[in-house]
Amino acid sequence: MGVLLRRLGARGLNILATLGRATALWLSAMRWLPRLNEIPLLIHQIYNVGYLSLIIIILSAFSIGAVLALQFYTQLARFGAQEAVGVGLALVLLRELGPVVTALLFAGRAGSALTAEIGLMKTTEQLSSMEMMGVDPLRRVVAPRIWAGIISVPILTAVFNSVAILGGVVVAVNWLGADAGGFWAGMQDVVEWWQDLGKGMLKSVVFAVLVTWVAVFQGYDSKPTAEGMAMSTTRTVVISSVLILASDFLLTLVMYGEF
Amino acid sequence: MRARTVEICVGAFMLAGLLGIVFLAVQVSGVNSVQSDARYQIVARFDDVAGLRVRGKVSMAGVTIGRIRDIAVDMEWGTAIVTMDIYGEPGNLTTDTSAKILTEGILGARYISLMPGAEEEYLQNGDEVTDTQGALVLENLIGEFLTNLGGS
Repeated sequence: MGVLLRRLGARGLNILATLGRATALWLSAMRWLPRLNEIPLLIHQIYNVGYLSLIIIILSAFSIGAVLALQFYTQLARFGAQEAVGVGLALVLLRELGPVVTALLFAGRAGSALTAEIGLMKTTEQLSSMEMMGVDPLRRVVAPRIWAGIISVPILTAVFNSVAILGGVVVAVNWLGADAGGFWAGMQDVVEWWQDLGKGMLKSVVFAVLVTWVAVFQGYDSKPTAEGMAMSTTRTVVISSVLILASDFLLTLVMYGEF
Repeated sequence: MRARTVEICVGAFMLAGLLGIVFLAVQVSGVNSVQSDARYQIVARFDDVAGLRVRGKVSMAGVTIGRIRDIAVDMEWGTAIVTMDIYGEPGNLTTDTSAKILTEGILGARYISLMPGAEEEYLQNGDEVTDTQGALVLENLIGEFLTNLGGS
């Protein structure tokens, strides 16, 4: 009994310590805005995590938009309400699927890469040698990556939403023959600028902070072995996916819940 | 990869994001149809507003001319007080305007329909619409129908 209790206590303390280290890392990396001479670093990271994620985002968005439109259409056509496809599609995408799926894809595509990169830098002691040279690795390595993520994810979300809606148009209007006028007009009538688009974008910023935070910390905190890095990379994807979905529920509750 | 190529790619990426936002704002949420900022408030009392929501439509002849701003209850009289934002400057609704709560389609949202009157004077900011007709509640209708059925 005593042993069990002790183990539980040790586990709890361990989790708290990890959380504390992660918070300290994030706070000290985000203490300053990027300086002017660090902009090229930032641009390079935006290229890595943002531009290179574009292709997977566009492909997934088109498929998801097309599938959603197909499902909505077949159900709504039974009531003769095909034009409502536009409304349903836009609301589901802007409020939930757009930010969430983009963040999940981002965690898989860019988050894991961030962890592996920083983990390898740590394993090969590049981070320590930077410190020896008087360069703060938090400023030089960690901060640009976090900022790049926070800038890239909302952009990717906007691209995702646009492409998915276009995918829905291709299926519902061009292929299945819903009326284009009713499709767009219904959408514009119901979708609100801040309520739907703005809050969705706000969600994506929160997800960006979470994913980059987890990714960077897991890389920084990984055991300097091949096995340790593999574990950290896996953990990045698992933890950030769970965090995205859990925080999405909380955000939806706060943003749209009626108490 | 040369720095120039990277910068061009990032520029294209940012531009894509910007275009996405513009597309979503204009084509999907229809921001261009925002009415002018000028608006004033009028108040109306209804005996029943079941199903009416804040931010619902206020329309005249089927055209949206405002939004519902607030719904409150007057405990003393047992009536609902609805505050509406009307687009434009005061001076476009007569004092004998009547307000009705209607439903869009069969399952649609409840909205307020305003009907202009014949008076020469106009409603000012904060004025009250007195001629109102509340929401039809299905249960009440059925109840009345059954009572009438029993009476005849």
